Amino acid sequence: MEEKMEPKKEEKEEKKIKKRVKMREQDPLERGRNFMEVPYGYTPDEAVEEAHRCLTCKKPGCRNGCPVEVDIPAFISLIKEGKFIEAARKIKEKNALPAVCGRVCPQEIQCEGLCLLGKKGEPVAIGTLERFVADYEAEKGEIQIPEKPRPTGRKVVIIGSGPGGLTCASDLIQSGHQVTLFEALHKPGGVLIYGIPEFRVPKLIVQREVEYIKKLGVELVLNAVIGKLHTIDELLNDQGYDACFICIGAGLPMFMGIPGENLNGIYSANEFLTRANLMKAYLFPEYDTPIKRGKKVAVFGGGNVAMDSARVALRLGAEKSYIIYRRSEAEMPARKAEVHHAKEEGIEFVFLTNPTRFIDDGRGNVCGVECLKMELGEPDESGRRRPIPIKGSEFQIGIDVAIPALGTRANPLLTKTMPDLKLNKRGYIVAEEGTGMTSKPGVFAGGDIVTGAATVISAMGAGRRASNAINEYLKWKFWDVSNLTKQLTV
Amino acid sequence: MYKILARQMLVPNMHLLKVYSPDIARKAKPGNFVLLIPDENGERIPLTISDWDIEEGSVTSIFMEVGATTCKLAQLKAGDSIMAHVGPLGLPTEIKNFGTVVCAGGCYGIGGIYPIVKALKDAGNQVISVIEARSSFLIYWEDKLKSVSDQLYIVTRDGSRGIKGHVTYVLEKILKEKKVDRVIAIGCTYMMMLSAESTRPFEVKTMVSLNPIMLDGTGMCGVCRVSVGGETRFTCVEGPEFDGHKVDWNDLFARKEVYITEEREALRMHECWSYPVNIPVEGS
Repeated sequence: MEEKMEPKKEEKEEKKIKKRVKMREQDPLERGRNFMEVPYGYTPDEAVEEAHRCLTCKKPGCRNGCPVEVDIPAFISLIKEGKFIEAARKIKEKNALPAVCGRVCPQEIQCEGLCLLGKKGEPVAIGTLERFVADYEAEKGEIQIPEKPRPTGRKVVIIGSGPGGLTCASDLIQSGHQVTLFEALHKPGGVLIYGIPEFRVPKLIVQREVEYIKKLGVELVLNAVIGKLHTIDELLNDQGYDACFICIGAGLPMFMGIPGENLNGIYSANEFLTRANLMKAYLFPEYDTPIKRGKKVAVFGGGNVAMDSARVALRLGAEKSYIIYRRSEAEMPARKAEVHHAKEEGIEFVFLTNPTRFIDDGRGNVCGVECLKMELGEPDESGRRRPIPIKGSEFQIGIDVAIPALGTRANPLLTKTMPDLKLNKRGYIVAEEGTGMTSKPGVFAGGDIVTGAATVISAMGAGRRASNAINEYLKWKFWDVSNLTKQLTV
Repeated sequence: MYKILARQMLVPNMHLLKVYSPDIARKAKPGNFVLLIPDENGERIPLTISDWDIEEGSVTSIFMEVGATTCKLAQLKAGDSIMAHVGPLGLPTEIKNFGTVVCAGGCYGIGGIYPIVKALKDAGNQVISVIEARSSFLIYWEDKLKSVSDQLYIVTRDGSRGIKGHVTYVLEKILKEKKVDRVIAIGCTYMMMLSAESTRPFEVKTMVSLNPIMLDGTGMCGVCRVSVGGETRFTCVEGPEFDGHKVDWNDLFARKEVYITEEREALRMHECWSYPVNIPVEGS
């Protein structure tokens, strides 16, 4: 009898390891009407249980997948022992914004994508564990401010308080330099505050992370549009900064250039999300900034920004929220979790469809969009199959708000004030991959302004690499060779 | 937070706002604007920079009370603070020795043309200023403008002061009498459109400072997009000044109306809630 029991028990154990502990989430239909966070996060018990799934591989694949090289096996081992605060601190050795990354990183193509368990079942929920310890540390109020290092006497200026700038600032201040962080908007965080909605990254969390960085000693200057208020040359030559890191993002919105695109009710995703997230237009009239609460909203695009826009539109009261994408689901660049959440909430996906013109209701407002059906042909430069219009397949969808979420390009506002800063032909800053060094001495750049629109974590990686490079640069910049020459001649 | 050095009503519903903003004062050029936010719940609104003082560290704007935000600003006094004051934004006015320039200002544009008139005069131009208002009691900064213009015409719709009529009548008169090399018109959309139309037959380049809705002011959202010469341009980074003869005015008018309903609601809410009244609720 006992022999028969054992295989059953083994099966159960195997099944247990294959499946991760599911993170509880708000009910889809309910959450589609509020701006509260979708997932509830793990409880301590759930976190420990999930952590125990980790095999503590000798050659951990997960670490290689992390753009900022978080010691994942180490922090998970600490969770196994119930040492949550220590686990948070372990992560913070490499990642200044764990509460954010745990929520927005595309783990499926990074750490979790390389998890051994993922080969046979579900990978360890590394992102959810990171989120858990970051939140736990904050809730327990045990955020530790490391000891202030000896000042180096050097000043560094960082332009842009998004994830890249915040990471770079956090690193450099801990190296002992004086750091000033300039932000054009009235709130810090960059995409974290204006682009990513409240239900994915609560703004209180961004505020908390920024407060931590300010406590480290970083001087944050808001409402400062560099290129207008000060130029980089002024900062370096007149204001005594020794080096500069430009991490301003790719903020120029792309429009489709189709007829009717200037009709009322047509927003760039940047505008729509900035109104909703930064200006809190979903609380109008308590907050003064208005936003159109369309009943039938169409978002054009297939990335995370498109998902965010469609889900915000839903929460603003849309009866129908469409994602209209010219390729098929397989080609969509959005994070899998976001697509999944969007579908659960009732967002309707219309694939292989491209808009051709917007229809005027006679009073300057959009009332519909004419679309063409597409089919996929040979791959284009991005490697994805090119969409080809199907002749005669025109059809119309009635909408009152349209949001082209097609991606963003480099905003020339700052770069055009520096003719000696080399840009590529699309206006992005040319910077060395490993260091962020640009053609202008003392000026480093990273994030979307170099690579084009990418992720929060890749900007953080660029911020990390730039801070290392700036440290080296500052060492060599002030290297006084004259003393050495004197010594050698004597 | 940015301190208010002065806020005064110059003429009914037209206010002067002087903000302590030394960095912007150092960099301000004629034609630039600032974006400001009155408080935590406030919106971002653009206001033309009408004057600045580097020593005092101040930046001055003229605004008209039209909605919730401008009403909030109208209640501020020296010593209060606003949440944000961003600038200097936009491309500055092209200033060079054109020869003879006519600068026309209406409403908040009377203040708006002041720094431009001053700079053009300094650059050696013959500057004729024309300011218009509905009636004499709405004219302000007359002496200020007189001090920097070669000639100043006052135009009132009801004829209570100066020439009776519209600024366009005076523009046509001047352009018929003398050779004018450039015209600049700043005021409400309607005034700028009419001014541009009146100079079109004379083929004089007429620059207007467009006033679409704005949000970030740095070119990242696109709400301020206008159609100029058939092309879409972003007012906040490519303007605010554009060739008035190429602007699609209908498009601009339509786009400015997008939040009419919300604006009305916000103003009503603001006005009604400004004076809280404790009415006991039945059963409480």
